[in-house]
Amino acid sequence: MSDHPHSDGLAIETLELTKRFGNQTVVNAVDLRVPRGAVYGFLGPNGSGKTTTIRMLLGLAGATSGRVRVLGEDMPSRLQQVLPRVGALVEGPAFYPFLSGSANLHRLDTADRFAPGRTRTARVAEALDRVGLSHAATKKVHAYSLGMKQRLGLANALLMPRDLLVLDEPTNGLDPQGTREVRNLVRSLAAGGATVFVSSHLLAEIEQVCTHAAVMSAGSLVASGTLDELRRVGQAFVRLRTPDVDIARGVLLRLGLAPTALDEQASATDVDAATGWTVSAPLTDRSVTPEGIVASLVAANVRVRGFVVDEASLEDRFVALTGEGFDVVQ
Amino acid sequence: MSSSNPITEVSPADAPERGAAGAAFGWALLASELVVLFRRRRTIAMLLALALIPILIAVAVRLSSNEVSAGQGPPFLDRITQNGLFVGITALVVAIPLFLPLTIGVAAGDTIAGEAGLGTLRYLLVAPAGRVRLLLVKFAGAAAFCLVATLTVVITGAIIGAILFPIGPVTLLSGDTISVADSVGRSLLIALYVTVSLLGLSAIGLFISTLTTVPVGAMAATIVVAVTAQILDALPQLAWLHPWLFSHYWLGFADILRQPILWDSFSDNALLQGGYILVFGALAYGRFATKDILS
Repeated sequence: MSDHPHSDGLAIETLELTKRFGNQTVVNAVDLRVPRGAVYGFLGPNGSGKTTTIRMLLGLAGATSGRVRVLGEDMPSRLQQVLPRVGALVEGPAFYPFLSGSANLHRLDTADRFAPGRTRTARVAEALDRVGLSHAATKKVHAYSLGMKQRLGLANALLMPRDLLVLDEPTNGLDPQGTREVRNLVRSLAAGGATVFVSSHLLAEIEQVCTHAAVMSAGSLVASGTLDELRRVGQAFVRLRTPDVDIARGVLLRLGLAPTALDEQASATDVDAATGWTVSAPLTDRSVTPEGIVASLVAANVRVRGFVVDEASLEDRFVALTGEGFDVVQ
Repeated sequence: MSSSNPITEVSPADAPERGAAGAAFGWALLASELVVLFRRRRTIAMLLALALIPILIAVAVRLSSNEVSAGQGPPFLDRITQNGLFVGITALVVAIPLFLPLTIGVAAGDTIAGEAGLGTLRYLLVAPAGRVRLLLVKFAGAAAFCLVATLTVVITGAIIGAILFPIGPVTLLSGDTISVADSVGRSLLIALYVTVSLLGLSAIGLFISTLTTVPVGAMAATIVVAVTAQILDALPQLAWLHPWLFSHYWLGFADILRQPILWDSFSDNALLQGGYILVFGALAYGRFATKDILS
């Protein structure tokens, strides 16, 4: 502990974590710091090294170099002490297709030496109930849909009370309803005091539940921090609806912003206030507050009919960091 | 259940300490392994196929009108008509070269590779099952299969033999005669001998199973190893190698049918199999303990 004086409050900490397969570096010097109690979104396109990182966090794969600490303990040397406190869903659910859902959970629960056999049946039933699979508990898993398997995987992570949940793509294969349920589940886990580390390549799913996020691209961590910190790095815009376009632009220019009229043809008189925003400017200078802008506009007798600050969505930031569509960094 | 919310009975923080005092090994995993193994349709099908061997032998001998003369066919075949207790032993002799290694190859080859193929290996390991513990449990499961497979042949043989042929005191190879009860004991002893014989192959299968995520490949490789060993054992030019082959003592249980029992072959065999278990267990450990689980 002495060499990590600040790591006590971290559920996951990696230092220069690196994984090479042959001469291909899959995970490159990743420094993750996941505070306890956070819902930590781990973002990145497919193939960016998320799952390999998760495998190293859980001791499934060894790091080529670097260190991993989970719940304040070194991994993988303290694996036996750490993993009973960690629930995990790794690279999709995997089960014995010839066993029922509840038999599968029984089986995996026996693998944990510290899971008491006395309460096993009750715990399995409760975990199934928590993910809404009680009705299919006795059905063989080969008859499960992908979404049901995904829920069963989540149930497996919840068999014991956990301090940390590592959920790799938990909403994969789920319909919108199921996705919402997973989000609610993540919220309730976090409310119960657990740290949730959730990976996804679909940003929208994570954005609503996370307190923190990190973005992986081509094996490297390209951004990390609280959601607000991540958003702040991106560009924000102020948008203004007013008939007094020219005066408004002048005010914004004086404030050091670079306004553009959205509709250059529209004159001040024939703008219909209902059709949309007429002036917009990138909020380049963070010292200029939105309320300050409005005050200046009103003082200049601009008829402010609408004013909004559009924060860059995390999506924009995500795309900016990782590339667009299939053209992602490899 | 005294508590309405059983999950709260154990808090995650104190779980490891609890376990250190209580479940040192966690035998539940072994129990679960055996249940999963023997409830599996494939395992049941293999045991049924093995049970068919004594049944086929007994029915064929019963239906054929010609007397089997001594020395014809598999060992002990000529004795079946005199005493039904020999059906199980004859069936075992028939099953040892191919059928038993085939089923052991499936069971042992599937141990780790099967879990890897399904993807359940990663969930067992993050539970955490512990890699060494999982290997031990898997080997124990394969050994249990060896025992059950052998007993299936012997017991089915005894039952079908009792139904189709007379049962009486058994004349041993040494010329002595032992009671029916004693001969049942000898049959079980032979089953034990054959079980021990197959442990070396099981350890090889376990090791091969750690090398791949394709269970069928591990199964096939294990079976090929078993067949190859027997071919090598049949080549007189390789006589120096024969005592080191795990299959060398496979059919050497005749000493158990003497009075008094000669234990030499039993102990030689046990020693050899123990050596194979150690070597291939160590190889499996060396491979599996630090292997990246990417399946």
